[in-house]
Amino acid sequence: MKALLVSFFSGIVFALGLGISGMTRPIKVIGFLDFTGKWDASLAFVMLGAIAVYSIAYRLVRGRRAPLLGERFLIPERMDIDRNLIAGAAMFGAGWGLAGFCPGPAITSLASGAAPVALFVIAMVAGIYLHGAFTRLAEIRMRPVSAAAQIAADS
Amino acid sequence: MTNFTPVASFIGGVLIGLSAAAMLLLNGKIAGISGILAGVLRPVKADTLWRACFLAGLLTGGLMLRAYLPQAFDFGTIRSPGALTVAGLLVGFGTRLGNGCTSGHGICGTARLSGRSIAATATFMVAGAAVVYAVNHLLRGSL
Repeated sequence: MKALLVSFFSGIVFALGLGISGMTRPIKVIGFLDFTGKWDASLAFVMLGAIAVYSIAYRLVRGRRAPLLGERFLIPERMDIDRNLIAGAAMFGAGWGLAGFCPGPAITSLASGAAPVALFVIAMVAGIYLHGAFTRLAEIRMRPVSAAAQIAADS
Repeated sequence: MTNFTPVASFIGGVLIGLSAAAMLLLNGKIAGISGILAGVLRPVKADTLWRACFLAGLLTGGLMLRAYLPQAFDFGTIRSPGALTVAGLLVGFGTRLGNGCTSGHGICGTARLSGRSIAATATFMVAGAAVVYAVNHLLRGSL
């Protein structure tokens, strides 16, 4: 119960941070990414502030066995830089630059009631499901191949 | 340079950092928004409720902004419905393929000095800048 309250209040603080910093305004995001135009460096300060605080928090948890309200840490352990990571990040970046919204600000901005934000979020959810469908399709396509390989290996 | 707001942006960044830090220290979770959202869309037992609570918090915070800081939703640039649809699909698909977005890779992963996250962050910044260059300078902002 406590952990769920922490999640809820963290969500609130996260949203307020996005709103105060300017991340919920596509004009600021696009201005930040427009290096050859009228560059607005503001959003670099969002990363600076957030990374500074989070670095301290990360140092505090290193060496701890469990979080204060949970049984274990769920921290990504993968180290490999693969094609999917780079292709996915490139797709995400393209969408981010095109609309000026990334997932957090888009969800937060749903509260504004603006239809274009709702459209973006619906498309984003569709993109997530589409990725799930593609992944399952790839798994199905892999199966007969591996079965055939198994038969070939057995004979 | 127009509308440079380093102080407000830094304060906002500190709040985002504090929120993500609370999720890590207290709950042991990474505050990666795309991952949190995807987890709610494909629910897994005992791993969904905290995600739903975080998203409810985001929306509640959004409502607070609407009431007390309405200029936060002064979007300024809103692309056409077609462009927003393509952008949303790219953001949804891309964040799943690449396992994260600005929060998970850009903040949490970069602060942990994860090589994967730093590579992802550099990639989405370059891709974002390339698209903004194309839209703002080649298409003169008409999209």
